[in-house]
Amino acid sequence: MTQLRKDIFSIALFVWTVAAIPFFTHSGVVLNFVMMALFACLIAQAWNVLGGFGGQFSFGHALFFGTGAYFQAIAQLSWGWNPWLAMPAAMVMAALVGAWVGALSFRYGLKGSYFALVTLAFAEVFRIVSLSVPFTGAGVGLMLPLKESVGNMQFGSRSGFVWLILGLVTLALCVTAYLRNSRFGAYLQAVRDNEDAARAVGVNPFHVKTWATVLSGGLMGSAGAFYVQVFQYIDPGIGFGSHTSVEALVGAIVGGLGTLWGPVLGALALHLLADLTRNLFGQMPGINMIIYGVVLIVIVMFLPRGIAGLSTYTPKSWRRND
Amino acid sequence: MTKPQALLQVQGVSRAFGGLKAVQDVSLSVPEGSLTALIGPNGAGKTTLFALLSGFLKPDTGRVILQGQDITGQAPHLNAKLGMTRTFQIVQPFAAQTVRENIAVGAHLHTASRTQALAMAAQVAERVGLADQLDKLASDLTVAGRKRLELARALATQPKLLLLDEVLAGLNPQEIADMIPVVRSIAASGVTVLMIEHVMQAVMSLAEHVWVLAQGQLIAQGSPSEVTRHPQVIEAYLGHGTAARLRQAELSA
Repeated sequence: MTQLRKDIFSIALFVWTVAAIPFFTHSGVVLNFVMMALFACLIAQAWNVLGGFGGQFSFGHALFFGTGAYFQAIAQLSWGWNPWLAMPAAMVMAALVGAWVGALSFRYGLKGSYFALVTLAFAEVFRIVSLSVPFTGAGVGLMLPLKESVGNMQFGSRSGFVWLILGLVTLALCVTAYLRNSRFGAYLQAVRDNEDAARAVGVNPFHVKTWATVLSGGLMGSAGAFYVQVFQYIDPGIGFGSHTSVEALVGAIVGGLGTLWGPVLGALALHLLADLTRNLFGQMPGINMIIYGVVLIVIVMFLPRGIAGLSTYTPKSWRRND
Repeated sequence: MTKPQALLQVQGVSRAFGGLKAVQDVSLSVPEGSLTALIGPNGAGKTTLFALLSGFLKPDTGRVILQGQDITGQAPHLNAKLGMTRTFQIVQPFAAQTVRENIAVGAHLHTASRTQALAMAAQVAERVGLADQLDKLASDLTVAGRKRLELARALATQPKLLLLDEVLAGLNPQEIADMIPVVRSIAASGVTVLMIEHVMQAVMSLAEHVWVLAQGQLIAQGSPSEVTRHPQVIEAYLGHGTAARLRQAELSA
């Protein structure tokens, strides 16, 4: 079986399994957990496209998240768009912001920590601008009116939202499978591993990295649009605050950079961990964060290639001394 | 007899880094289908010249012409598309990827199909003797393996002109002996090869024509046996006055 077939098969298996969950339970707690876990998967996958496959560590993916979220809200509130039309448009908008930030950064050869800082700065600039201009509702934010109907992308139950976010996660999985089985993906990973060697055999690093930012930004924008539909509210802190950026990159790194299932596993594991510590130690505020942090450190220390790297993991003491 | 057409022409190329004139007014012409070599002592500017030809560096003055087209200072990936690919003296594998994936990156230059690129990678690996290591990670290869990989990746782009930067450096005599036929077969398949090489055994047995670079300037050229007898070349390698002493020794013997 070729790698592409394996990828498609595993994606199909995952989608069927998760799509069935709402048929077995109507528990709001379970469905809410599934929905938010899939949301965490989506942003980790979006980050993984640029960070994992392209090796460009962004610290400001909230930039694309907020762009998608605000576009989704503004398109409905100010222009009266249908949300089903607004969502793809929000993705395109976030992708365009990705093209702009990517082209600017890579044109000037920004790499490593400099790229991380620039993306962080862009997200902060957007946050501050959205705090002060009227069309984003400034500090008050934007609120969508409650109008429950499928046509309005406001589902009466959590099941609808679970299937919607599952659709977006599937799209992200397909983009990732494309990266693993295409020329563009091969070029992107070549640039990540050795830019000069890639240039020597005909790869244009600027082109490849900018397109990766476009894809990554578009996926992150879809997460923003989804967020607005679920919570019907967005403000500058939620949209462009660094919390989302961090959640996206931690999920991808803990799960396994540049892999198909790493970001999904990482986001699930972290989400589960956060929920558990919150429920177990909720009466002692702060303890849950400390435990979360300790577990994070342990994972990073002992699994340098993430959870997905476990499949090929050999403990140090088993390794042959070269 | 008509002169074979020059595939690559270098006209008065110079490049300085601050006060250091790394390459000064170098002109040479590589005929199509030839196997030629560029030699010279350490620090002579050979690798810098390669970087100037392939587009990794821009020359301060002079022109580089590939197949009649001026490509001076053109980006390396565009030069690769025109058919000129270089390898690196310090091997630059995509370490986290397998040998097959490494070579496929080169093969993708002429095909967008993943299946075709992977199939072509296997063919190229066969040509350089890496066929049994296709699924190994590049980081797990030996030095000799990495040198072959460097060569394979460049070869997969189906170049007209291959610039080889010391593919034999760091290999033991047995590995060198294994590698020489590989380079020869590449040239025999119609690829024009210009190589930088320190291993004189290889230069003597492979190259039709040799240019000698010392302190950024071309000091001699000709067949391998001509340049190795050239007094200026001997002095560049062995120090001032050596040529005269050697001649003296020969006469008195």
